Amino acid sequence: MKHRAIVMSREDNVATALEDLVANCAVGVRDGAELKATILKEEIPFGHKFATETILRGTSVIKYGQVIGAATQDIQAGAHAHVHNVESLRGRGDKQ
Amino acid sequence: MKLMGYRRSNGKVGVRNHVLILSSIVCANHVADHIFRQVAGTVSVTHQHGCAQVGSDFEQTFRTLVGFAAHPNVYGTVVVGLGCEQMEAERVAEAARQAGHENIEVVIIQQEGGTLKAIAKGAQIARELVGRASQVSREEINFEDIIFSTECGGSDACSGISGNPALGYCSDKIVDQGGTVILAETTELIGAEHLLAERSVDDTVRQRVFQVINRMEQSILDMGVDLRGAQPSPGNMQGGITTIEEKSLGCVHKGGHRALQEIIDYAHQPTKKGLVWMDTPGHDIEQLTGMVAGGSQIVVFTTGRGTPTGSPIAPVIKVATNTFTYKNMRDNMDLNAGTIVTGDETIEEVGERLFVEVCDVISGKLTQSEILGHHEFGINRIGPTC
Repeated sequence: MKHRAIVMSREDNVATALEDLVANCAVGVRDGAELKATILKEEIPFGHKFATETILRGTSVIKYGQVIGAATQDIQAGAHAHVHNVESLRGRGDKQ
Repeated sequence: MKLMGYRRSNGKVGVRNHVLILSSIVCANHVADHIFRQVAGTVSVTHQHGCAQVGSDFEQTFRTLVGFAAHPNVYGTVVVGLGCEQMEAERVAEAARQAGHENIEVVIIQQEGGTLKAIAKGAQIARELVGRASQVSREEINFEDIIFSTECGGSDACSGISGNPALGYCSDKIVDQGGTVILAETTELIGAEHLLAERSVDDTVRQRVFQVINRMEQSILDMGVDLRGAQPSPGNMQGGITTIEEKSLGCVHKGGHRALQEIIDYAHQPTKKGLVWMDTPGHDIEQLTGMVAGGSQIVVFTTGRGTPTGSPIAPVIKVATNTFTYKNMRDNMDLNAGTIVTGDETIEEVGERLFVEVCDVISGKLTQSEILGHHEFGINRIGPTC
């Protein structure tokens, strides 16, 4: 199986799609030297992210081994993780 | 690989040999543009500033204009002023001469007696400068003479996977060969500052990392708005970037892995070799202008969504982060890093290709932005127009 998504660091809980991916299929995800399969719950456009494990509401979303934001709702493994369910923790003047 | 450039009398080194027509004030833009159109071999810089500015805002605009007038990529400059403006053309010219730059001339519209006479005077001067510039030859130079700038714009999720890591590889090579590398766009380092703090050369620089980030973030908090929408932009989000932290963690790769030597203000010259952070906004053109005004002779600009921009006086090498954009905007792109995404090349392989391209462009190979005449220029304003 050729990898069609990539995990940037071992600690990550999201992977990035390297091409447009369709729902309900198993995709190869490159995680370092390993290749894992994740079943996608929905369509993931090229460059967008999906959860590789369930991310609970209020917990950190991790990419590059670093916190890139927090989940605003539970995100199931294989679901699209983007602006609709992940919020930034920085530059939030709206929360002052 | 042998590098060829122009050694100036003040010890600086240029990689281009432009004759610059620089307006000191918005009111002189039309005259400056006409001189540029009349005399082949010139470039012009026009802008909306130069009057009704105070304090540090005036100083920043002044420093930027002087940085262009006295730039080592410029053989000679004609500063065009109106005559009654705050940004006096003669003062800009004098500061450029103080920086050791020869061939600085001034045309003042009110002194010449109007538009037509000022164009004629400026064109005569520019004609002579272009003739003399054409007789200067390149000599061997090395990376110790180079201030190399990094930039990313129109980023997508691939920027942090392909383009920026490859650029980081190239940045490390330039630092290792004695060069200076500028990392900038402070807004796009929010969320990645701890990584730069860890790499800071001493405690002073480390503290400054947090000060600079806090000042930028506080200005957003004070406005009571969510940064998202501006950072990441709608295009970034379409490209898959979700938060500023994610964008920053992709951006920071551009600067490679070497120690951070200092943080300098907008349009200031680096005082150290190695990796330097210039405190600029994320706005592509304001950032580009600030780095070039700080004496940078060459820029590498990675882009995911695709951007055509260039500088009037410095070559800007465009690196597409994905193959779609490389093909879609082929006339604007110099290099494709999308092969990393598809697994056809490694970061190191693209980084090596980019390094060779940088060497070639330093020695005279034209970039797509130069060939297509992209001359974007924008000064970062930090005060009110009075």
